[in-house]
Amino acid sequence: MLIFEHTQPGRRAHSLALSDAQEAHDLPAELLRQQPPLLPQASELDVVRHYTRLSQKNFSIDTQFYPLGSCTMKYNPRVCNTLAMLPQLLARHPLADADTGQGFLVCLYELQEMLKEITGMAAVSMAPMAGAHGEFAGVAMIRAYHDARGDSARREIIVPDAAHGTNPATASMCGYTVREIPTDRQGNVDLDALKASVGPHTAGLMLTNPSTLGVFEKSIVAIQNIVHEAGGLSYYDGANLNAILGRVRPGDMGFDVIHMNLHKTFSTPHGGGGPGAGPVGVSERLRPFLPIPYVLEDLGAYRWAEEGDCPRSIGRMSAFGGNMGVLLRAWVYARMLGGRGMRRVAEFATLNANYLAAELKRSGFDLAYPERRASHEFIVTLKKLKDTTGVSAMDFAKRLLDYGFHAPTTYFPMLVPECLLIEPSETESRETLDAFVAAMVKVLEEARMQPEMVKGAPHTLPVRRLDDVRAARELDLTWKLG
Amino acid sequence: MPFIPHTEADVVAMLERVGASSLDALFDEIPAELACGDLAGVPQALSEMAVTRLMQGRAARDGFYSSFLGAGAYEHHIPAAVWQIVTRGEFYSAYTPYQAEASQGTLQLLYEYQTMMASLTGLDVSNASLYDGASALAEAVLMAVRANKSGSRRVLMPATVHPRYRAVVEATVKNQGIELLAVPYDPATGVTDLAALESLGAAALVIPQPNFFGALEPVDTLCDWAHARGMLAIAVVNPLSLALLKPPGLWGAKGCDVCVGDGQPLGVPLSSGGPYFGFMTARQALVRQMPGRIVGATVDLDGRPGYTLTLQAREQHIRRSKATSNICTNQGLLVTAATIHMALLGPEGLKNVALASHANTRSLLDKLVSLPGVLRVFTGPFFHEAVIRVLTPVAEVLRALRAQGILGGYALGGDYPELADCILVCATETKIEDDLDSYRQQLERILSRRHGRDPSVPPCSYK
Repeated sequence: MLIFEHTQPGRRAHSLALSDAQEAHDLPAELLRQQPPLLPQASELDVVRHYTRLSQKNFSIDTQFYPLGSCTMKYNPRVCNTLAMLPQLLARHPLADADTGQGFLVCLYELQEMLKEITGMAAVSMAPMAGAHGEFAGVAMIRAYHDARGDSARREIIVPDAAHGTNPATASMCGYTVREIPTDRQGNVDLDALKASVGPHTAGLMLTNPSTLGVFEKSIVAIQNIVHEAGGLSYYDGANLNAILGRVRPGDMGFDVIHMNLHKTFSTPHGGGGPGAGPVGVSERLRPFLPIPYVLEDLGAYRWAEEGDCPRSIGRMSAFGGNMGVLLRAWVYARMLGGRGMRRVAEFATLNANYLAAELKRSGFDLAYPERRASHEFIVTLKKLKDTTGVSAMDFAKRLLDYGFHAPTTYFPMLVPECLLIEPSETESRETLDAFVAAMVKVLEEARMQPEMVKGAPHTLPVRRLDDVRAARELDLTWKLG
Repeated sequence: MPFIPHTEADVVAMLERVGASSLDALFDEIPAELACGDLAGVPQALSEMAVTRLMQGRAARDGFYSSFLGAGAYEHHIPAAVWQIVTRGEFYSAYTPYQAEASQGTLQLLYEYQTMMASLTGLDVSNASLYDGASALAEAVLMAVRANKSGSRRVLMPATVHPRYRAVVEATVKNQGIELLAVPYDPATGVTDLAALESLGAAALVIPQPNFFGALEPVDTLCDWAHARGMLAIAVVNPLSLALLKPPGLWGAKGCDVCVGDGQPLGVPLSSGGPYFGFMTARQALVRQMPGRIVGATVDLDGRPGYTLTLQAREQHIRRSKATSNICTNQGLLVTAATIHMALLGPEGLKNVALASHANTRSLLDKLVSLPGVLRVFTGPFFHEAVIRVLTPVAEVLRALRAQGILGGYALGGDYPELADCILVCATETKIEDDLDSYRQQLERILSRRHGRDPSVPPCSYK
């Protein structure tokens, strides 16, 4: 039942009583609305009950394990939310003067400084509002750098074939063309292909390390040299930063610009698809181009850096400087972890991933890169199962839902057939991992014994498999009255 | 160690199953010369109690103000039920609804949201949200350039569009060779001055309603003007105002083509600027040009109704470099808040908030311009913001008001040098008569002190 179907004309939950003076106005009739919008007319209890019930149709970290590769679905500490929602912080207007928000700004400044330290970059701006937004800022800075040097013939961004889809999409948004390069059999960037691809047309390379294949790029120094010698800059996609927190820093790996996903590594909530936060860090030579605003400190006073402070900035990413509430949650998390705690994040995320990989391998699953050490994630390929039973990675994933586990990432990266990309994160216990292995084994048995049942999964959720083709072909994007 | 459940026994047993001698051994594929030392720049860990005390102290230091700031972010009452439901773990800690069967709560809510936004704006389709109003306008500009048949890469951008929005659009589209042409405003009325426009070819005209000065633009005329020249009309609106004002889908003879704005006034706290959410609605014919996530209704294997992300072939994870945008997330949690907020207020509640805000700003304006040395700047209708001129330096006035706990509005001189002596003021439904009187009294005191006895004495700067 939709909220609109709860409507009883004339029923209201929250409606101000207006005075006569407030009701009267002299706005010109041709500027006014004639028909009221289609909004529910329901009681507060109707609304609370409706959305509480809807919430119960969701999987979430608070209720289920999400071994979702490349997404770092770790526990979102409650205290981060509580403190970010202190009433003074919620009430503060974005254009209020800096002297009314020193307590708020010092938190952001501390986070900015911590992110510099953690990534080994020279400067950080937290203006971008999501990972892809940070990517945009990063590639725009690469372009601004080349343009400022009059080196504008560089029009190409190199992207490995295992990269997130946002990488090539971002390069296009920045007016660049994209050249994909292959991955070798060990999951590394194909160095010969890279050498053959770079040249005076190369603006930069975008790389995730550990890669989306769940392995650390061992030749990272050689890759940097190839790109830099060709005059290009290197971009670090921080999607997998959780794997190396406190162990190795993108700045030390030689990257010129990076983005971080605070909703992954710093445990801010995914919120059913956002908000995220995608701060960017840069090496010294890209500092002048950082997006604004970021926080400046001057003799213990904090303020925003604006246009006048940074005339060569790539500009603004949002009306008011970014997803502040997300940044505050990340600040709480970072202060609770401390430097040592961050190192332990990487250690235990990696331990959990390697443990899960080892147990699944023992249970008869094929790892895509069995001879490599898993980082914080790894890939299982179900190609043999598909060939023998017809059960696909998609079917397998849907059946896991019936056992109360969110599906791993499926069909990404695309170069591994029938793949499940699995990332347990550091906040899951050994018992949870063992229960997940047991469910994987059970579904494997079912796939062999009752493949049709698995292909029809899920069977126990609020709905069964949905018809995506119909959704796209017979577009129904809004409810219509009657 | 916070949030890591492993006991020492777990670690020993797990390492054994992995066949690794230590936690360090798990990183043996990382070249040793790259290993970093301790993160000395990260302060030592704090307990939950200690971090709470620290943050509460900082928040208390910032305190509360009586705010008359608007300029794109507005103080409104949010029913308590909204954020209590939003922060339920099942919404708060859920992932993007790629696994539709395990995400029917979020997906149905988004479908309801799309319905509400389409109706509020008078258009056919809505996406599931973008980052904020400014980035939504940037996406609308890109979309209009893609959709416009003329092939023009110019877009007309009135000076009455929020200056920050214009800056974000510029930063977003400049690398794609798209040019923004400024359109001046009429200094008497504060609305877009079409007469000043050369008849340049362009892909689209941006139409703000209300505009940055709070003034109501002649939207019917502007929309028809754009369409008569083969341009798309992009509306950028305050969604709350649409409970009262004509929906963009009905502007002029044909209605606007794309409508965007910031959803903050619909249940999202000010929070120093974010997270908010951007919304986008459009005519049906443009749906495949839209960026971002879109939810559609469908049926499951048993024919039961259900909801799923649809038209994903537009998106980066499928189309990669050919996608309509690189956007990957929406602002899901904020949309959750807005949907519940709109459901609680309903058509009447939302309209009453708009009316009360309009009336309070009108009342504030009357009180302020009754003071000597305060003038109203633009004639003509406005929504819930207006521009006043003060015959005392604006920065001094605002500083003195701040010392009395009042944020007196937004100084316009930084963005509009010709309005260096002007302040944009806003009074929403949250203000009561006492608040308005207090502003007037303090302003009167500051102005008389400045102009009365001794001009060398600065206005009172004690709180």
